[in-house]
Amino acid sequence: MDVYLAITILWGFVFIYSIMGTMDFGAGFWSMLYINRTKTKATNIANRYLSPTWEVTNTFIVALVVAIYSLFPKAAFTLGTILLIPGSMILLLLSVRSAFLVFSHIAEGYKKPLTYISGICGILIPGLLISVLPITHGNFVAFSNGRPQLKLASLFSSMNEYAFFMFAISSTLFLSSLLLADYSKASNEKDAYNTYRRDALIMGPISLITAILIIITLKSEGRWIYDKMMQNFPLLILSVFFFIAGFVGLLVPSFKPGYQGMPRLSVIAATLQYMIASYVYGYAHLPYIIYPEVTIHSSFTDPNSFRAVFVTYIVGFTMLFPGFIYFWSLFMNDKRYLRKKTKVDN
Amino acid sequence: MEHLIIARSLFGTTMAVHIIFATIGVGLPMMILTAELLYQKTKDIDYSIMAKRWTKAFAIILGVSIPTGTIAGLQITLLWPGFMKVIGTVMALPFQIEIYAFFLEALFMSIYVYAADRISPWMRNVSLLFVALGGLASAVLITNVHAFEGTPAGFDIKNGKIVNVDPWAAFFNPSFGINAIHVAVSAYIVGGFIVAMVAAYKMLKSESGTIVYKFHQKALMVSLIVGGLFSLFTALSGHETAQSLYKYQPEKLAGAEGLFKTQAYAPLTIGGYTDVKTESVKWGIEVPWALSFLAGNRFDTVVKGLNDFPQKYWPPLFIHTLFNAMVGIGMFLLFIAVFGFFWKKILKRDLFPKWLLWVYVACGPLSILGIEFGWIFACTGRQPWTIYRKLSTADSVTTAGNLGILFILFVAIYIVLAVTAILVLLYYFKRNPVLEDINRTEQKNV
Ligand code: HDD
Ligand code: HEM
Ligand code: HEM
Repeated sequence: MDVYLAITILWGFVFIYSIMGTMDFGAGFWSMLYINRTKTKATNIANRYLSPTWEVTNTFIVALVVAIYSLFPKAAFTLGTILLIPGSMILLLLSVRSAFLVFSHIAEGYKKPLTYISGICGILIPGLLISVLPITHGNFVAFSNGRPQLKLASLFSSMNEYAFFMFAISSTLFLSSLLLADYSKASNEKDAYNTYRRDALIMGPISLITAILIIITLKSEGRWIYDKMMQNFPLLILSVFFFIAGFVGLLVPSFKPGYQGMPRLSVIAATLQYMIASYVYGYAHLPYIIYPEVTIHSSFTDPNSFRAVFVTYIVGFTMLFPGFIYFWSLFMNDKRYLRKKTKVDN
Repeated sequence: MEHLIIARSLFGTTMAVHIIFATIGVGLPMMILTAELLYQKTKDIDYSIMAKRWTKAFAIILGVSIPTGTIAGLQITLLWPGFMKVIGTVMALPFQIEIYAFFLEALFMSIYVYAADRISPWMRNVSLLFVALGGLASAVLITNVHAFEGTPAGFDIKNGKIVNVDPWAAFFNPSFGINAIHVAVSAYIVGGFIVAMVAAYKMLKSESGTIVYKFHQKALMVSLIVGGLFSLFTALSGHETAQSLYKYQPEKLAGAEGLFKTQAYAPLTIGGYTDVKTESVKWGIEVPWALSFLAGNRFDTVVKGLNDFPQKYWPPLFIHTLFNAMVGIGMFLLFIAVFGFFWKKILKRDLFPKWLLWVYVACGPLSILGIEFGWIFACTGRQPWTIYRKLSTADSVTTAGNLGILFILFVAIYIVLAVTAILVLLYYFKRNPVLEDINRTEQKNV
C-alpha cells in the first residue's frame, strides 16, 4: 500500500512542477519576446509574475529529485546512471537561465542581452525535462550485465522523442500565455491582455496537435504504454473536452467591460485538462518506473524510511502552508501589486 | 581509475563553487538582520541603508547560489548513484527537510524584496528572520549528510543488502551536532569579513572624515565585531570537531596532524609538509604534548598514528597543510578583528591606517579560503570512503562515460557565472553609490 502512496506523492510533485515550471519558463520566454514593445507592457507583466516566483518554482524541481531518491532509491540509481548526459545538459541550461534572469533585473544597462540568453535557455529546458519520459519507456536503455546505459543516438532519432519535445515547448507557451492573460486582466493591462490572449489562442491548438502526435508515435514506439493508455480512452476524451472548454473561455464575452474572454476559467480548465491527461499517462506507466527492468515495487525504499519521510511531508507542508498562502495573497491576489504603475522589476 | 578521478574533480569543483556563494548566502542575511535590528535600536538611518544595499548584493549572490546548489543536488545523484542509493534508503530525511528550508528562504526572500513597501516593518523583520533561518537550516541539514558520511549510523550492510534501517538514528548520527555548529559559525565569519572587505576598500577609496567614510567605518565596526565573535566560536567548535575525529575517524586526525606513530604525549606539529619516507612532518614547528591534550584534554591521551592503519585506507597526506591553513586563518581573523576593535574603541583612534585597511580587504578572500580548505580537508580526508568503512568512493561512482567533456563544460559555466556575478555586483554598486542612497533617504525624511 505504501508503494502506491509513494508513487502518488511523486506524481503530485511531477504534476505541480510541470505546471509551475511551464508558467515559469514560458513567462521568461514571453518577457524576452516582447522586450522591444514597451507600450503593451507585456514584458512588465511577465516579469511581475516571474520575479517573485522563480525561486519557489526552482525549489520544486529540487523537491522532485529528492522525492525520487527518497522514495525509490533503486530507481534513482538507474535513472542517475542513464540521465548523466541529458541531466547535465538540463543543469547547464538551468544554471545560466536562473542566474541571467536575476542579473537582467539588476544590471539595467545589459537587460536585453541578459534577457535573451535566459529566455532562450529557459524555453529549451521543458523539452529536455520531458525527454525523461520517453527514456523511461525503455526503448533507449540497454542493460548490459546489469549496468544500464542510455542509447543517445537512438533517442535523438526517435519521432516519439521529438513529439514529446515539441509538446513540452508548445504546452509551456500555451499555459504561460493563458496565465499571463489572466494576470494582465487582473492588472488592468488591456494591451498585454490582448497580446497574451491571442498567443494562447494560437498555442492551444498547436499543443493539442503535438499531444496527438505523442499518442500516434507511442503506438509504434511504446506499444505497452499506448495500449494501457487506451484503456482509459474516456478520460482522454474528457481531457480534450476541458481543452475545448478552456478555448471557449477565451472567446466568450467578459463581465469586465472592454475585455473579451474569461481567462481565469480557461486557466482552470487547462489545468484540469493536463491533470487528467497526466493521470492517464501516469496510470498506464505503472508499475514500471523504467520499462521493463525497474518497477515501483523493486525500487521502493525501506519501509521505516518511508514512514519517516512521509511524516516530514505532512509536518513540513503543514508548517509551510501559511507561508504559501501569504505569498499567494501578496503576489497573485494583491491589487496594489498587480496594478502597480511604476516599474517594479528590480 | 581515470574515470573516478574525473568524477571526483567534477563534483569537488561543483562543491567548491557552490560553497562560496552558499556560505555568503548563509552569512549575509545574518548581517542584514543585525543592521536592521541596529536601525530599530539606534534609529540611525545608515544602518537601514546598509541593510538595503546588502540585500541587493544578497539577491545577486542568490542568483548563483541557487543554480549551483541545484547543480550540486542533481549532480550528486548523477555522479554517485551508488552513494545516493544508500542515502535514499537510509538518510533521506535531511535532504527532505532541507527542501522545506529552501521553501522558507525562497518564499520570504521574495516577500522581503518584492513586497517590502506593502508590508509592515515588523513583518519585514520577520521575513528577514525566516530568510536567515532558512539559509542556516539549509547549511545545517546538508552538513548532516556530510556528518553521516564520516560517522554513519542507523543501518547495517549484510551481503550487499541494506538492513536494520533506523532513519532517525541516521539523522542524529554522532558528529551531526558538532559539525553543524562548526559549519554554521564559520559561515557567519564569512558574512562578517565579506562586509569588512568591502567597507575597508571603500574607506581606502574615500576621503577620510567624509560622510561616506563614516558610513563605511560604521559597517566595518559592525562586521569586525560579528566576524571576531564568530571566529572565537569557530575556534572553540573546531576544537570539538577535532576531538570528534579523534573518537570516530582516527586516521583522518592522524593524517591532519601528520602523525605516524601511535603515542601518548603526542606532539602537535604546526606547518611543514608530511613526508612518507621519513614518516615525519618536515619543516614544521613541534609543540610537545599538545596534540594529546587537544585530542583528549589530557597529556597522556594515546593518539593513533597512521601506521596503525593499512596504507590503502590512509587519507591523502596533504590534508595536513589544508588543516593548518584553516586553523591559521581562523586564528588570524580572530586576532585582526580584536585588534581593530581595540584600535577604535579602546585607543579611541578616529582613523584606521591604510595598511590595516588593506589587511581587512584581504580578510574577505581569506575567510572564504578558510571555508574551502576546511571542506576540501573534510571531504578529501575521508577518502577512500564516501561512507566511512561502509561504502567506498569507487563503488559509488557512476558507470556512465564521457565525464571529461562534462567536466570541461561545467567548469566553463562556473567561470561564466562567477565572472558575470562579479561584473553585475560592480556595475550595480557603481551605478548606485552610497552617497546617493544617503541623500535620497535624507530628502525623504525632511
Ligand atoms: C572560515 C572558516 C573556518 C575556520 C576559521 C576554521 N574552520 Fe574548521 N572547518 C570549516 C571552516 C573553518 C568548514 C569549512 O566549515 C568545515 C569543513 C567540514 C565541516 O564540518 O566544517 C571545517 C572542518 C573542520 C574539521 C574536520 C571535520 C570533519 O572532517 O568532519 C576540523 C577538525 C576543524 N574544522 C577544526 C578547526 C579548528 C581547530 C579551527 C581553529 C581555529 C578551525 N577548524 C577553524
Ligand atoms: C555538506 C555538504 C557536502 C556533502 C554531503 C559532500 C559529499 C561529497 C561526496 C558524496 C563526494 C564524493 C565521494 C567522495 O569523494 O567521498 C564528495 C567529494 C568531494 N567534495 Fe564534498 N560534500 C560536501 C561539501 C563539500 C564542499 C563544500 C566542498 C568544497 C570545497 C567539497 C569538496 C569535495 C571534494 C574536493 C571532493 C572530491 C574528494 C576527493 O576525491 O578527494 N565538498 N563530497
Ligand atoms: C556546507 C555546504 C553547503 C551550504 C552551506 C549550502 C547552503 C546553501 C544555501 C544557503 C542555498 C540557497 C538556498 C535558497 O535560497 O533556497 C543553497 C542552495 C542549494 N544547495 Fe547548498 N549548501 C551546501 C552544500 C550543498 C550540497 C552538498 C548540496 C547537494 C548535494 C546542496 C544542494 C543545494 C541545492 C539543491 C540548492 C538549491 C535550492 C533551491 O532551489 O532553492 N548544497 N545551499
